[in-house]
Amino acid sequence: MNAALPHRTCRLPAPLPLDSGQVLEGAEIAYETYGELAADKGNAILVCHALTGDQYLASPHPITGKPGWWERMVGPGKPIDTDRFHVVCANVIGSCLGSTGPASLAPDGAPYAMRFPVITIRDMVRGLVGLLDELGIARLHTVVGGSMGGMQALSLAANWPDRAARVLAIATTARHSAQNIAFHEVGRQAIMADPAWQGGDYYGKGASPDAGLSVARMAAHITYLSEEGLTEKFGRRLQDREAKSFGFDADFQVESYLRYQGSGFVQRFDANSYLYITRAMDYFDIAEEHGGLLATAFAGTGARFCVVSFDSDWLYPTAESRHVVHALNAAGAPVSFVELSAPFGHDSFLLDVPALDRVIAGFLDG
Amino acid sequence: MAEALRPDLAAIAARVPQGARVLDVGCGDGALLESLRQERGVDARGIEIDGALVERCVARGLSVVQGDADRDLTFYPDGAFDVAILSQTLQTAARPDHMLAELLRVGRRAFVSFPNFAYWRMRWSLLSRGRMPVTRHLPVSWYATANIHHVTVKDFEELADALGIAIENRWFFTREREVSPTGANWRAEYALFEVSRKA
Repeated sequence: MNAALPHRTCRLPAPLPLDSGQVLEGAEIAYETYGELAADKGNAILVCHALTGDQYLASPHPITGKPGWWERMVGPGKPIDTDRFHVVCANVIGSCLGSTGPASLAPDGAPYAMRFPVITIRDMVRGLVGLLDELGIARLHTVVGGSMGGMQALSLAANWPDRAARVLAIATTARHSAQNIAFHEVGRQAIMADPAWQGGDYYGKGASPDAGLSVARMAAHITYLSEEGLTEKFGRRLQDREAKSFGFDADFQVESYLRYQGSGFVQRFDANSYLYITRAMDYFDIAEEHGGLLATAFAGTGARFCVVSFDSDWLYPTAESRHVVHALNAAGAPVSFVELSAPFGHDSFLLDVPALDRVIAGFLDG
Repeated sequence: MAEALRPDLAAIAARVPQGARVLDVGCGDGALLESLRQERGVDARGIEIDGALVERCVARGLSVVQGDADRDLTFYPDGAFDVAILSQTLQTAARPDHMLAELLRVGRRAFVSFPNFAYWRMRWSLLSRGRMPVTRHLPVSWYATANIHHVTVKDFEELADALGIAIENRWFFTREREVSPTGANWRAEYALFEVSRKA
């Protein structure tokens, strides 16, 4: 869908082995960098993006024209200071902003669509490690991520323990819960129930499952907010009208807001990518990959960890972060953990929470 | 440069070996941990229940976990630390006896400091006024205090004995100055003990 955009990409020289047993040939990883790489290459920070994020971390998004998704955190003089650090952010495999995903062309010249192999979070990290190899970055100063990005950061620490000296995992979890999987399934079913989905084979066919993808985004978006935040922002206020319509228009402001979120999303995201990436998150369980014990996963790490949760996040609540912290303690890893107070729910890591700025800057400095 | 430490913390800091692995339980804003890291090169870790204090520790670059020591010490392996520190926190524990046992499970040695409820001003306050004392050192009224297990020097020594814990050293303080052990149960406003597992 975005083939025409001039993304900066790296073609991995070797086939990418996947957890499913399949292999991805000629995978391309689209990425952006900010700040200069030091001569000793010791100042590299990898930022991993969330489910519908991308590599445009601190520069304008090429489709929406909006500022980068973590512009407030990454830049000169900011908590992740690009005057000091070389920041790398890549589009994960399976996604749709330049990295190889279901919308990309398979070796036979047709889009993969549902022929794209099912991937995992660890597969995404394999792709990122492949990119780091190509960039000549043997060991990161820090790997950072929020939400799905935090899963990648933890996966990198567990599976490539020598590749990062510091690991910063924000608003995340070491495994997807039944509730997490349930919400994702609602989204996937909405996409696949859209007649325009056409079994995933909608590329170049004039219609794409925008309605389904939009509903998926609306359902997910609710999980990113808090009840307190929604109530404060919308309450039961009506949208552009004095009275209820006794129909199914968006009477309430909150309905109108969700529809806006859904319709904006389909402009920039591929429905099949949404299926593959949510699947990867649902399969995510670091303990399961390491004999059932999370502490075992981190036994070999030499990294320092910082885990941050938000008190209003009910998608990945503090208990999930504590679970990670206890495992890190049991593994003897140096770990910091703080539950920050913020009203914005799961999305707090993207929004204005000055305490998060202080924690991140302090962790990178210490 | 770290700020001046409270006398009991300074006494602890002076006794922690170079490069030791240290866990400070109830580490507050991390002043002791930072001093230990800078002056002694210790592997410094902390647990603190107050999120605002943890945030300050992390911003200082310390490895501090927000958590409840009553619950979270169990997640540390046996003997993970050379030294465990519990300063002015024993009296807030749900079960101080369990807390001591946990301290000496995760640490080979422990430093424990606490306000001495047998201090003469406390006794005088109870005796003369018949009310729970509110002092400079224990400034909160009985109904709001986090100190739920008031303890005296004698009580602590008896508990250590009952738990089979060896008392290696003891220090006593009144009004931020060290006082002699003679009559400490009367004279000391607060006490610091260095304890170890009996072999």
